[in-house]
Amino acid sequence: MRLNEIPLTAWVGIFGIVLTLFCALFAPWIAPYGETEVVGDVWAPASSAYPFGLDNLGRDILSRLIFGAQTTVFVSLASTVLSFALGIILSFIAATTRGWVDTGLSRLNDLMMSIPTLIFALVVLAALPQTLTTLILVMAVLDSTRVFRLGRAVALDVAVMDFVEAARLRGEGTPWIIFREILPNTLSPLLAEFGLRFAFAILFLSTLSFLGLGIQPPDADWGGMVKDNKDGIIFGVAAALVPGGAIAFLTICVNLVVDWLLKRTSSLKGGRGDA
Amino acid sequence: MPDLLKVSGLKIEATVYPPGEDPQRVTIVEEVNFTLEKGKVLGLIGESGAGKSTIGLAALAYGRGGVEITGGKVELNGEDLLSLSKSGIRKVRGARVCYVSQSAAASFNPAHKLGDQVIEATVRHGLMSREDARRRADHLFDVLGLPEPKTFGKRYPHQVSGGQLQRAMTAMALCSNPDLIVFDEPTTALDVTTQIDVLAAIKHAIEETDTAALYITHDLAVVAQISDDIMVLKSGKTVEHGSVAQVIEAPREDYTRALVNVRSIRHEEKQDQSEHFFEMAGIDAAYSGGVKVLSDVSLHVPKGQTLAIVGESGSGKSTMARVATGLLPPSAGSVSLGGEVLPPALKQRSRDQLRKLQLIYQMADTAMNPRQTVGNIIGRPLTFYEGLRGSARKKRVQELLDQIEMGSGFHDRYPAELSGGQKQRVAIARALAAGPEVIICDEPTSALDPLVADGILKLLLDLQKQKDLAYVFITHDIAIVRAIADSVAVMFQGELVRFGPKSEVLSPPFDDYTDLLLKSVPEMRLGWLEEVLASRKMSAGGN
Repeated sequence: MRLNEIPLTAWVGIFGIVLTLFCALFAPWIAPYGETEVVGDVWAPASSAYPFGLDNLGRDILSRLIFGAQTTVFVSLASTVLSFALGIILSFIAATTRGWVDTGLSRLNDLMMSIPTLIFALVVLAALPQTLTTLILVMAVLDSTRVFRLGRAVALDVAVMDFVEAARLRGEGTPWIIFREILPNTLSPLLAEFGLRFAFAILFLSTLSFLGLGIQPPDADWGGMVKDNKDGIIFGVAAALVPGGAIAFLTICVNLVVDWLLKRTSSLKGGRGDA
Repeated sequence: MPDLLKVSGLKIEATVYPPGEDPQRVTIVEEVNFTLEKGKVLGLIGESGAGKSTIGLAALAYGRGGVEITGGKVELNGEDLLSLSKSGIRKVRGARVCYVSQSAAASFNPAHKLGDQVIEATVRHGLMSREDARRRADHLFDVLGLPEPKTFGKRYPHQVSGGQLQRAMTAMALCSNPDLIVFDEPTTALDVTTQIDVLAAIKHAIEETDTAALYITHDLAVVAQISDDIMVLKSGKTVEHGSVAQVIEAPREDYTRALVNVRSIRHEEKQDQSEHFFEMAGIDAAYSGGVKVLSDVSLHVPKGQTLAIVGESGSGKSTMARVATGLLPPSAGSVSLGGEVLPPALKQRSRDQLRKLQLIYQMADTAMNPRQTVGNIIGRPLTFYEGLRGSARKKRVQELLDQIEMGSGFHDRYPAELSGGQKQRVAIARALAAGPEVIICDEPTSALDPLVADGILKLLLDLQKQKDLAYVFITHDIAIVRAIADSVAVMFQGELVRFGPKSEVLSPPFDDYTDLLLKSVPEMRLGWLEEVLASRKMSAGGN
């Protein structure tokens, strides 16, 4: 891969993701004020000292946005990656072994999916100790049911191809068949799903925060900031739109990069390159 | 007689999207000229990519997916079809020019009755009333030799065989009484025994209705039976254009000569065939659900020799490959290699047993992982069986690439960047990399053009001499059997009809099925079709 082959849109996406990661990593050094520091009036308008204004308690929105990137990106990314790892491995095992393993895993998955996600999450989170690890794990397990569905469907299509049979005839084990034969040929739909799921994870996290079971105040996260400032909209204060915009920005950036990866991987098949 | 169809200076272009490169403009067909009179048949012949289907569709002023007709004229009764408006061309298509595609099975709507689909275009164009069209369809079913022509139209596509569907499609084309029909490889997807019936039906129907036809195929022997003139195409250009007799008996161009002489490989049968090096004894097999597909089949092949298994689709010959490799454990009987009985199921076989028995697939396209490079595809068996890595493996891969006559520069390519013949060669190299003693070839050349297939067969024979390999070669093509086999097994409906040395199996006295099979293979001479039809003992059942 050469750098000059990366299209402009992908560069925009990469730039956005790098910027967000930079904010998350170096938040204490680049944020102009502290995360929980009250610096002025409630919902003070934007000024040169506070580029995005102040929030419902008089905290600097820009600083909270930068600190919020830490929790938001970390929790969403970790849960999405974990849910994909879990969902893909289980679904591919189901698709390659078939038989009772497939039936067992699939019915278990149906069972999980039949319980409304939000209610399930609320019950589990209320019962378990409230730590970041629990939150990530719960989000990952719930999301992995969707990944399992998709992963099994696409893997079944590939698992009946002659080259998979050829690998079996060679005597290859299940790990090789899953990771070397099937996974590379199912990346396109899975990557597309990843971009979407990441966005949903951010939204789900903010929903949980809104209900008091996600990120606990006074820690900042983008979804929680929308909730905190939503009442301001009634008074014509745009404070809630800033974290909302940040969520949209990151989601779009992730999807721009995913689109480019999709194009790259689908062109190998001799396809038209437009996925 | 004035020309019915006159094509002059035809130029067709398309935009292609090569992997990893910018889209390019390519010329598919250039400077093609021909004329066709009423009641005559012109055969268009060439290998895949020669532009023959594209020219056929151009006669309907149609360009398939991204293809554009950019120059020349297509005149039907003096009217240039290319200059017509969209509504003007719609009046021509399906009424005056009709099209018969390669895969009738994919072209009929499974949700509607055949009769309704056959008359649809005719009725929609307002050429006949529904009742008249139905009567004509019944008459055509009769002309095309379909069973129970009065009620045939009431059936659904899944209720009739592939050969019958292909004839129903011909009836659909003939129904509107068109001036011209374009046949695009109508018999390529059929068994030889079925192909001959469809060919005879098409020929009879063309004569009966006095329609002109363009007949597209890659099989010169087929086109020799049905056409008046032949046009040989290569890379979108006309190579040779003449009467059938001239092209077959006195070809002017080297390329045409190569096509006429294709399948000229001769292989002397080895005398001693007593060794049971690879043996399948008393095999019974059934798929889950209890459908029995093989009963009591016993075969063997000596080291360094080729056993050809022939039969039509559904005869169980591919199931033999599945049983041999352990993909489908037999319900009775055993498979043994070099005196050692192999466990029936794949999972019970040791790595060394797997190594000795390799399989080459019919479709090289799907037999190779599109996301692996040629180097990885060939190299993996080397790592897996011998533990070769790094530069040692790379060196060995290159040796194998040399053996399949592909040379350097292919190591880092992906399958999508190879031609059909190259893909099959890579598949052969992958099988060789394992260091096998027996290779099962499941119709490895049936998806390839004749000249390319010839190259693959020669390669397989060379490799057999060098490495003393035993082949079990599954095919439906008797010409290939003649070219490469030492012994032959004929299969029919899951049973072994005949088995023995090639010279015995392919010489009389024949049983009825072998007789039918042998006589159905098109021969490259004029008048063959009529002779065969006159002398057949058994007609292909239900086709």
